[in-house]
Amino acid sequence: MSMLEVRDLGVAFGAVQPLSDVSFSVGKGETLGLVGESGSGKSLTAMSVMGLLPLIGGRITAGAVEFDGQDLTKLPEKAYRKLRGGRIGLITQNPMTSLDPLQKIGPQVDAVAVLHLRMTRAEARARTVEILGTLRIPEPALICERYPHQMSGGMKQRIVIAMALAANPAVLIADEPTTALDVTVQAQIIRLLDDLVKSRDLALVLITHDMSVVAQVCDKVVVMYAGRAVERGSVEAIFERPRHPYTQALIGCIPRGLEGTERLTGIEGTVPTVMNYPSGCPFHPRCPRAEPICAREVPAFSTGGDSAAACHFAEVGHAKPA
Amino acid sequence: MKTSSMTARTLDAFARMSIGRAFASGIGMVAGGFLVLLVLVAIFAPWIAPFDYAAQNLMNANAPPGWPHLLGTDEFGRDVLSRVIFGARTSLSVSATAIAISMAAGMTLGAAAGYFGGFFERAVMTVVDLTWSFPDILIALIFVAIIGPGLTSTTFAIAIAYLAQFTRLTRAQIVRLKRETFIEATINLGAKPSHILLRHLMPNAIAPVIVVGMLAIGDGIVLEATLGFFGLGAQPPTPSWGAMMSSGTAQLFLSPWVIIFPGVAVAVTVIAVNLFGDELIRALDIRDRLRGS
Amino acid sequence: MILRYTAQRLLMLIPVSFSISVVIFMIVYLLPGDPIDNLLRVGSSPEDRAELVAQYGLDRSLVVQYFVWIGNMFQGEFGQAIVLRRPVADLIAQNLPYSLTLGGLAFLFSSTVGMALGTLSAMVRNPVLDRFVRGFILLGSTVPGFWLALLLILFFSVNLGWFPVSGARGWESLVLPVLTIGFGGVALVARVTRVALLDVQREDFVTLLHAKGLSSGAILFRHLMPHALLPVVTILALRIGWILGGAVTVEFVFGRPGLGSLLIRALGQRDYPVVQACLLMLALAVMLGTLIGDVAQAAMDPRIREKKS
Repeated sequence: MSMLEVRDLGVAFGAVQPLSDVSFSVGKGETLGLVGESGSGKSLTAMSVMGLLPLIGGRITAGAVEFDGQDLTKLPEKAYRKLRGGRIGLITQNPMTSLDPLQKIGPQVDAVAVLHLRMTRAEARARTVEILGTLRIPEPALICERYPHQMSGGMKQRIVIAMALAANPAVLIADEPTTALDVTVQAQIIRLLDDLVKSRDLALVLITHDMSVVAQVCDKVVVMYAGRAVERGSVEAIFERPRHPYTQALIGCIPRGLEGTERLTGIEGTVPTVMNYPSGCPFHPRCPRAEPICAREVPAFSTGGDSAAACHFAEVGHAKPA
Repeated sequence: MKTSSMTARTLDAFARMSIGRAFASGIGMVAGGFLVLLVLVAIFAPWIAPFDYAAQNLMNANAPPGWPHLLGTDEFGRDVLSRVIFGARTSLSVSATAIAISMAAGMTLGAAAGYFGGFFERAVMTVVDLTWSFPDILIALIFVAIIGPGLTSTTFAIAIAYLAQFTRLTRAQIVRLKRETFIEATINLGAKPSHILLRHLMPNAIAPVIVVGMLAIGDGIVLEATLGFFGLGAQPPTPSWGAMMSSGTAQLFLSPWVIIFPGVAVAVTVIAVNLFGDELIRALDIRDRLRGS
Repeated sequence: MILRYTAQRLLMLIPVSFSISVVIFMIVYLLPGDPIDNLLRVGSSPEDRAELVAQYGLDRSLVVQYFVWIGNMFQGEFGQAIVLRRPVADLIAQNLPYSLTLGGLAFLFSSTVGMALGTLSAMVRNPVLDRFVRGFILLGSTVPGFWLALLLILFFSVNLGWFPVSGARGWESLVLPVLTIGFGGVALVARVTRVALLDVQREDFVTLLHAKGLSSGAILFRHLMPHALLPVVTILALRIGWILGGAVTVEFVFGRPGLGSLLIRALGQRDYPVVQACLLMLALAVMLGTLIGDVAQAAMDPRIREKKS
């Protein structure tokens, strides 16, 4: 059963429309990968689900965000606040700046349980220590008395994860949780998240630009480009039979170690910014097989097997990526 | 020779770009336009003022604003409007001269401190920080007390009161620039200190200092007015905004216009300076560089 | 930890206070004329002169003279006022309470009203209110204090008759002076609070606080305000001297007793022992302010506590 479902989501900032037609769904124990280059609208999608768009001056103009069957876009702020941190947890991109530098670690994590589980301070602290322990943080009771600047990036990201988990959420949204970390720590955090999904039956939306991470842990994938979803499907389908030229190019960018003789390819051109989204298919200026129709019409999704792609020629070529 | 032409070119480009851009905004245009007008009024005061600023007419003392004395007369029957117009001369020239002196000295000290570092830097900055924590009015008062009242000592008192500000700012710019790659490269290539300092560091450090100087002219006008108000600035019969208000306190209840109008002149001028300075900061995009000092 | 930090800051004040005292000591020597004459009344007898020379060791070297002088200062021996013919210590004791009351009230007024205004303009996204506060900030930081004082007297004392024109009797006489000094102070504090709040709101951790489900009010008071307080405390501590400086002009205009009017009067009368004592007291206040500000900041920010120790 799907815990979180986003349908045809559109977001606007004033007259600018940086996000349109984004759809996906995640169920319990499932991990969905939301991939794309920076500026493709992944983080905006996360902010929309959290109901935090007004904070940065944006608003939802179309579509629905359903949590456990309830449409969140029509939810009053007060009820939304109960879900935030309570039923839906958020993990942000940069652990270095995600904690209040003036407060000790303990109280910052405790606050979640106090707020959502109506615990006393002492109960909340016991819970914090327990959660920090399950996240493999050494000496959790001592860590609670530390300040953020006294900890490493990987440790801070675990604290942020602990805050997201403190109230037993059903859905976790992780917005590039490893981008700012060292490579070795990245692997640890990704494995940790994967374990949590399995052990707690969480629905995880993993936002990333790293296709190899997607290949490791995701069940489903949504590929985004210039504020639109361009392809979605099971992870096997996307990696074995990518049908959108952009997805094919993305997969072509993954290094394959020593085994292959295949050449690593980049994508020509640059990502369009919100101010100059192309007409028609957003990818057409960079697409190797663009035709006149691509500049005119936004392609609809066409489903084939386990995946769907928004490309006028999705059915034509199933060529393996170069 | 090259050095001066380089600096001149930088300054020239700076002037064309940023002043033009500062004028481009609505507020900037109003504030800048007012300042230009004020400078013109100060320069052409003798032709603009309706009366002789020193002409007394005791028969018509303390006359309220009306015709022919638009802003009224003071206790000697002198025309307030004419005195405000001539006062602009005193106030603007004293403040601008003082800030120019302060800026030149502060930039020299700050650049030397930032560039050479070591004991010299510590000595300079200790003294500078000392004066920095004291209010400008106190520093100016002490200085005037030592060398006596008058416009010359007022000018130097203002220059000394703001010396710390320019020294700190210039030093901060130089220290920041010294860490940048292109300067390090020049140093490593074995360039002479004077070459590095004048050719590379100063041209890059100058924009924030000039903007702060512009803003300081406003502070200088207030300080000049305050010293004048205490009777330590311009001496009679020289009209200055501060001195006019000083002699006016005795008549506060009888003829408040003697105090109100010079004060309005000070306030409006300083506000215009600040608004224009803010536009300059925005046009040059140097807000961050001003914060760090 | 905080004690150790305070001790360190105190140690750092020693060279600063030494330099300040040397400068103040030297004023008498920088003046034109004979320094001994500068410390004596006109028409003093040779005996008076000899007594002064003996008391301060004025026939010895400058270094010795300085240490004699500073030693006297530490014991509260500020010498004899030339014009007022009284011990300087008495004058200080008489005037200091007035300055402390005025300064303290102006400080309280500036910080509370300034923070409230700054917070309001940063949090309430109302362009009209924001423009009003910004206009107020601009006015407050540009209008000369003595002129504002005169206008207030004109309006509230002369036209409305609500408050006394001058003097220091009762709380009524404090209202206008506090308002005058406070006007600039409020503007300054409001500006710093506003900028700090707008800056901190852009930080990542604030997004995460919202994501934790905290209400905007809880976020403002528990998390944003402490951050905004840091620069406010810094600026207030740095500006204690400026508030005292504002008090100098305001005391003079309102004809209130206090260190400021004492100093101005002494400067006018060239009464240098009084000038030196007033300056020392003001310098002391400035340094104490900076110290308190530094310590308060360290108490609030763990990062500062660790960096310096």
